[in-house]
Amino acid sequence: MTGAAAPAPASTVLVRAAIYTLLLIFAVYYLLPLFVMVVNSLKELNEIRQGNMLALPQQVTIEPWKSAWSTAQIGVQPTGLRPYFLNSIMMVVPAVAISTLLGALNGYVLTKWRFRGDTVIFGLMLFACFIPFQIVLIPMARILGMIGLAGTTPGLVLVHIVYGLGFTTLFFRNYYAAFPTELVKAAQVDGAGFFRIFGRILLPSSGPIIVVTVIWQFTNIWNDFLFGASFADFDSLPMTVALNNLVSSSTGVKEYNVHFAGAIMAALPTLLVYIVAGRYFVRGLMAGAVKG
Amino acid sequence: MAFLEIRNLCKRFGAAEVLKRIDLSLERGGFLVLVGPSGCGKSTLLNTIAGLETVSEGEIRINGRRVNELRPSDRDIAMVFQSYALYPNMTVAQNIAFGLEMRGVPKAERERAVREVAETLQISRLLARRPSQLSGGQRQRVAMGRALVRKPQVFLFDEPLSNLDAKLRVDMRTEIKQLHLNLGTTIVYVTHDQVEAMTLASVIAVLKDGEVQQFGTPEKIYNEPANIFVADFMGSPSMNLVSVDVVRANGATAVALARADGEPALLQVADSNGALRERAGQSVILGIRPEAVTDIDGADRHARNVVRVACIAEVVEPTGSDTYVVAKLGGRDFVARMRADADVAPKSQTVFAFNMDRAAFFDPKTELRIA
Repeated sequence: MTGAAAPAPASTVLVRAAIYTLLLIFAVYYLLPLFVMVVNSLKELNEIRQGNMLALPQQVTIEPWKSAWSTAQIGVQPTGLRPYFLNSIMMVVPAVAISTLLGALNGYVLTKWRFRGDTVIFGLMLFACFIPFQIVLIPMARILGMIGLAGTTPGLVLVHIVYGLGFTTLFFRNYYAAFPTELVKAAQVDGAGFFRIFGRILLPSSGPIIVVTVIWQFTNIWNDFLFGASFADFDSLPMTVALNNLVSSSTGVKEYNVHFAGAIMAALPTLLVYIVAGRYFVRGLMAGAVKG
Repeated sequence: MAFLEIRNLCKRFGAAEVLKRIDLSLERGGFLVLVGPSGCGKSTLLNTIAGLETVSEGEIRINGRRVNELRPSDRDIAMVFQSYALYPNMTVAQNIAFGLEMRGVPKAERERAVREVAETLQISRLLARRPSQLSGGQRQRVAMGRALVRKPQVFLFDEPLSNLDAKLRVDMRTEIKQLHLNLGTTIVYVTHDQVEAMTLASVIAVLKDGEVQQFGTPEKIYNEPANIFVADFMGSPSMNLVSVDVVRANGATAVALARADGEPALLQVADSNGALRERAGQSVILGIRPEAVTDIDGADRHARNVVRVACIAEVVEPTGSDTYVVAKLGGRDFVARMRADADVAPKSQTVFAFNMDRAAFFDPKTELRIA
C-alpha cells in the first residue's frame, strides 16, 4: 500500500453506480405522486386543464389550499376541511392515548402478574388483530346505539380503542416479556404497589415500544375510513370521510387543485408523526428481537 | 425463640411438591446459607420468606411475628437478586433511595441515608450514574446498598455472586462476610456454590428435591454429613465414597477395602464404634475426605488411628499448594491430598495414610450415616 486510500477496483465502482442509479429511480418513482399532488395543488384550475400534470406551476397560487381548508363544499356545507380536521384530531388523540395506555397495562399484567388462563386471554386478544373491520360493523352500531354514543366523536374514540387494543396489547406484551421480572420483584420488596411498579419502573423503560404503538395507532386511526363513514354523523365526520365528500361532490366543476390540496392536508399529520418518531420505529421493532 | 422460624413449610405448584416440610430456625445476627443443586427448591424457599411466593402449608415467623399473609414490603426484609435487579431508568442514588421513598421517608432523611450507605460500600462516586454505566462488581454493591439502606430485620441474598468473575467473587465474598460481622445483620443466603456456603455461613441447610438433607453448622455439615448426598455435595474435591465390607478380626472391627492389585486392605476402626460392629459381614459405604488420606509424613500427628495402605498411584495432579493423587480403591477413583513435596510418581507403588478418625460410614440402602 502506497497511497492513503487504495483505489477501488473498477468493477466495485460500477456495481455501486448501478445500485445507486436503481435506488434513485425507485425513489423518484415513489415520490412522483407526491410531486404531482404538490405541484398541482399550487396551480390555477385552467392551468391543470391544459393537461400537463408534471409541469411546474406557471403561476404559483395558494388559493386552492385556502379553499380546501375553509370554503370548499363538503357535502352540503361550504365549510372546507377545517372542522373535520379538528374532528379527526379530537378522535385520534384520545383514542391513541387510551389504547396505548391500556395496551401497556394489559402487557404488564399478562407478563408480570400472570394468572390462570392468561395465555387464553392473550390468544383471544390476538384474535382481535385478525378480525376484518366489516364483521364488527353491525354489532358495534348496535352497541353504540345502546350506550348512546352513536354518531359522536366519543363513540368513534371507543370504537378505535376497542379495535386497537389487540394490537397494542400484542406490542406491549412482547416487549415486557423480555423485561426482567426480578425488577418487579425488587420493586415489590421495596414497597411499590401494582400501579407504582407500572408507572415508575416499567413505563419509563418503555420508550421505544410506546413510539411504535403510537405511530401504529395514529396512522391506522387517522387513515380509517370505514368506521368514520359508518359511525359518524355530519358534525363528527373525520377528515378521511370529509375528503371523500369533497372529492366526490357532484355539483359544479371538479376543482382538482383543491382536491390535491385537501388530500395533502389529510396525509400531513401521519407524515409528520413518521418524520418525528420514525427513527424509533425501526429501533423499537428490533428491540425485542435481538435481546432476550 | 429463634429470630427467623420456618415451621413445617410446604409449597406446591399444582401437583408438584417443590418444598416438603421444611423446618429451619435462625438466631438474630445469624447467617443461614441454603445450598443445593439447581432445582432443589432453595430459591423458592427464599422467595417464600420474601413473600414473593405464597406458602401452601406451614408458617414463617420473623421476630416472633407470623408473616405468611404479609406482603413483601410489610415483612421488614430486603433482598439482593442474582441479576441485581437495578432499576435501569434511575440513578444509583435513586435506586438506593427507592425503598425509602415508597415508605414515605422525607427527602432530606433519604439523602442522608443514601450517603451513609454509599460510604459504607465505597460507592459515593457512583451515586449520579445509571446502572448501565457500572461494572458488574459496582452493580453488586449498589444492589447491596439498596438492601442495606432500609435497615431491615432480615436480608435475603439470592445467589448474589454467581454473575461475577472468579476473582471478584472471592473479593465480594469476603466483603459480605465483613459486612455481616460489622453490622450484625441477620442474613439468609442462597447459593449453589458449596465453598461460598462453607465460608459465609453460621448455619447451613443443604437441600435436595425440596427437602432439607441436613441443617447445622458448617463444621458439622463438613465433618459429620448426615447422608451420602451431603457428604458428596459439600467439599471440593468431593469426599471419597467407596463400598467396603465390615469384618471382625482379632477382636476388633475393620473394613476391607478392595485394591486393584492384591489382597483387600484392612482398615481398622476404633472399637468404640458399636454401630459398625453390628454390621459385621455386611457391606457399608466408607466416606473419607481427600485431606484425610495423605502421604505418611503428612498424616495428622494427633490422629489416634492412622492406617497405612499401599497401592499404585494412577494419576498425580500437582496444584502447587498440594498434590492430588488418584488411585483405584474399592473399584473407584480414590483421591488423596498429599503435601506438595511428597515424593509420588504416577504408576508407582505408594503408601497412603488413612486417618480413620475422620472416616464416616453410610448405609448403602438408606444412604444415611451409621457411624
